[in-house]
Amino acid sequence: MSSTLITASYLLSGVLFILSLGGLSKQETAKRGNLYGMLGMALAILVTALDPRVTGYQVLVPAVLVGTVIGAVLAAKVEMTSMPELVAILHSFVGLAAVLVGFASYLDPNAHVAGIEGLIHEVEIYVGIFIGAVTFTGSVVAFGKLRGTIGSKALALPGRNFWNVAMLAGAAYFAVGFVGQENHGGLLNLYIMTGIASVFGILMVMAIGGADMPVVVSMLNSYSGWAAAAAGFMLENDLLIITGALVGSSGAILSYIMCAAMNRSFFNVIFGSFGGPAASGSGAAQVVGEVTSVSVPETAVLLREASSVIIVPGYGMAVAQAQYPLYEIVKTLRDRGTAVRFAIHPVAGRLPGHMNVLLAEAKVPYDIVLEMEEINHDFPDTDVVLVIGANDIVNPAALEDATSPIYGMPVLECWKAKQTIVMKRSMGSGYAGIDNPLFYKPNNDMLFGDAKKNVDALLTALRESGAAAA
Amino acid sequence: MKIAIVKEIRADERRVAATPDTVARLKDKLGFEVTVEAGAGVRAGISDDAFRAAGATIVADRRSAWGEADVVLKVNPPSAFDGGHEADLPREGALLISFIWPGKSPELLERLRARKISTLAMDAVPRITRAQKLDALSSMANIAGYRAIVEAANLFGRFFTGQMTAAGKVPPAKVLVIGAGVAGLAAIGAASSLGAIVRAFDTRPAVKEQVKSMGAEFLELAFEEDGTGAGGYAKVMSAEFIAAEMELFRKQAKEVDIIVTTALIPGKGAPKLILADMVAAMKPGSVIVDLAAEAGGNCERTVPGELFTTENGVHVVGYTDLPSRLAPTASQLYGMNLVHFLTDLGGASKWNLNLEDEVIRGALVTHAGEITWPPPPAAHPIEVKAAPAKPVPAALSAADKAKQQGARSLLVLLGLAAALLGLGAVAPAAFVAHLTVFVLSVFVGWQVVWNVTAALHTPLMSVTNAISGIIIVGGMLQISGPAASPVTILGAVAILVATINIAGGFLVTQRMLKMFSR
Repeated sequence: MSSTLITASYLLSGVLFILSLGGLSKQETAKRGNLYGMLGMALAILVTALDPRVTGYQVLVPAVLVGTVIGAVLAAKVEMTSMPELVAILHSFVGLAAVLVGFASYLDPNAHVAGIEGLIHEVEIYVGIFIGAVTFTGSVVAFGKLRGTIGSKALALPGRNFWNVAMLAGAAYFAVGFVGQENHGGLLNLYIMTGIASVFGILMVMAIGGADMPVVVSMLNSYSGWAAAAAGFMLENDLLIITGALVGSSGAILSYIMCAAMNRSFFNVIFGSFGGPAASGSGAAQVVGEVTSVSVPETAVLLREASSVIIVPGYGMAVAQAQYPLYEIVKTLRDRGTAVRFAIHPVAGRLPGHMNVLLAEAKVPYDIVLEMEEINHDFPDTDVVLVIGANDIVNPAALEDATSPIYGMPVLECWKAKQTIVMKRSMGSGYAGIDNPLFYKPNNDMLFGDAKKNVDALLTALRESGAAAA
Repeated sequence: MKIAIVKEIRADERRVAATPDTVARLKDKLGFEVTVEAGAGVRAGISDDAFRAAGATIVADRRSAWGEADVVLKVNPPSAFDGGHEADLPREGALLISFIWPGKSPELLERLRARKISTLAMDAVPRITRAQKLDALSSMANIAGYRAIVEAANLFGRFFTGQMTAAGKVPPAKVLVIGAGVAGLAAIGAASSLGAIVRAFDTRPAVKEQVKSMGAEFLELAFEEDGTGAGGYAKVMSAEFIAAEMELFRKQAKEVDIIVTTALIPGKGAPKLILADMVAAMKPGSVIVDLAAEAGGNCERTVPGELFTTENGVHVVGYTDLPSRLAPTASQLYGMNLVHFLTDLGGASKWNLNLEDEVIRGALVTHAGEITWPPPPAAHPIEVKAAPAKPVPAALSAADKAKQQGARSLLVLLGLAAALLGLGAVAPAAFVAHLTVFVLSVFVGWQVVWNVTAALHTPLMSVTNAISGIIIVGGMLQISGPAASPVTILGAVAILVATINIAGGFLVTQRMLKMFSR
């Protein structure tokens, strides 16, 4: 297999990967996009296997087989509510692979070490292992936090900004000692740097609170891309560079979208713990007023008589697994002619786009699931809004109260509808720990209790009243 | 505790202070014993049997109905009947809850005081947010506003909505609503839903948004005067304002078909807004519905309580019983106002006529042998307490922000350009070639990923995980040495984990994409 043929095949794989991401612009073309991705990957692996430099098939085949089986089992068994954890652990694998490939590349007797090219090569290895190690340990910690194994509270170490800078400085210091050493003499420096990078990764993610996880996972997605790109530089492989760049930009865009949706800068999320100068609670206005509560039969009446309904789901709905009976309610209402839609806030859930997947799993048609920008101006024309398991994303203080810690965050303006019903377990406050003036508004009623139980009861009530009325 | 619901004796009254639904709530949720005077609900379409079925006891005799109760619920103020006065009927120390109009009936207050009856006046409930569910003035005004339009449509000779028919065109009705309070807004809503062109006027600029949200045009004078008085009601305006207002009405009278007036000023009754000459200028067949008739009327030609047609064919409706004409609904809503009030009073088990409560004290007009109206002015807590003013950093104007952004982007671009050229000066050709590929790929990636729909962001993450498994290629190049060498082992492990990513990533993406259906 000539090297130009290999390069052309890599180019084709790269194009297929780009088309794969392009297919995700709408649901209709998405499955085809996934197929292109698979073809691109298959082509790249096949062509590399046939490369004359690759001969260790007795190692290659078993490794691939075992990996495929593990991957397939994971993909088939994972619950949609656990998608964030799966994504986190997959990131850690990319980071690990980058570290291993980096070390292997350094120890490889066939690599050239001459002059300025050698210098650049070593820098590439160093940077690649650094990013890979941070990605690896950071993703493992993210996995633990999402799973609940590690506490979701932000770990606020004293002087953490000092330690972060110190660790980066340390890594730079060892880099100087590492380059130019003969006969793999820089291995010790490499080990030390890997250690520092690992600790950096752990501490960075430990310091971030549970509800900021969407940003963290997107960020690690991005880093896994840059790690792959660094490996590409290291191995002078353009396909790795292209792919790494695509994945890196993807993660960066997702992080940006998440941060804009929370109205906080990326640096504030990653390096400044929540609850900094805009102190939670102490500065925000205390809301005085009464909360009216409503029962399941009364809610059923409200829903039945509404001609337009919007449902705002939050992560709490998914935790309670209420999306399945909820979809039955949606079907019942739609059969009666009520217009029902879902309004998704960008940071609802623990991953970007998570709520959409959970609703799709419950067979909710995707054309009634709308993003915040698409549906926010429709609330004044809506009869009833049902808020399930969501709190901060529907908090009017974000628009009205300049002293609130969430001020400036775009929210779903559900209080502009004629009637809102908030389903909540009790009057406890959301992640931000602040009161929500929505609950006290005169056109709001609270439906207390477990979300799944209430949704099941609502479904029964709606079906019975339907049978009686028909 | 016993509650009595008595029959209204006012001639044109069809409402009753409860319905079977509210009786059930009083009995089951609040724990009261409920009696209803025989025939109380007949004119509202509620039979004695219906009340019985809800758990009330029917009492035939008026005196026993009133006299045996701890709490008497009524719609209209107690008045005289043949053989006595309703205010003499409750036992001493009982509580009466009803419309009272304390400002207009000092003799009634004296009668109640002398008999040591405690009285809560539903028309004196303070109009604060938390008392909205007890606000009977609003619940009745809402009905009156709606009914005004129904009466107007009944008298008006055309459709409200415009129509293009094969036989010809029918123009829509033009409706003017004066006063955009509860009644005015209800009238606007009803007229709009019937398809009329609706315009409204109010001296308070704050109601403009509400009027527009109901689909009506808000008429404004060129004046800067704000008519908002205490408590959100209107106040008396200056002479110049009134003159300009009259001009506006005069002009409108020539154009519109229907005028609904709802203007009231607390303590000053109903201002005269539609003068005789304006009525004379209206087209024959027009209708004026004067909701302020009982207080004297906003129109000079109004005859309170009656329908009157002028010489030029304008129908002037002065009915004073509009809510009563929707007796079943009015009784239900008024009954619910009472239920909410009795809930705030604690219900039968936790009964507490709490004089510290702003709402209860505000509505209490007689108590323990004293006249307690008007109440002392309440120190009104603001409903959302603002935190002590923290200096919020002045936000930059949009233009300044854009300039700042522009400057920053330019600096970044210059910095990157310098770095790139610096590298180009010293780096080997191969490196620069790879750098080219890298930079261009970042741009391509940026463009492509922004187009991904937000609904598919999770599959995007799993697909990018899958394709970052391309690092397997790196591993594959490492495993061709001796099997036990560290390089080979590292490569093998790298291949293993990369494959997990590839297989897991693509398969889970496929699984998720299959779930999206229309």
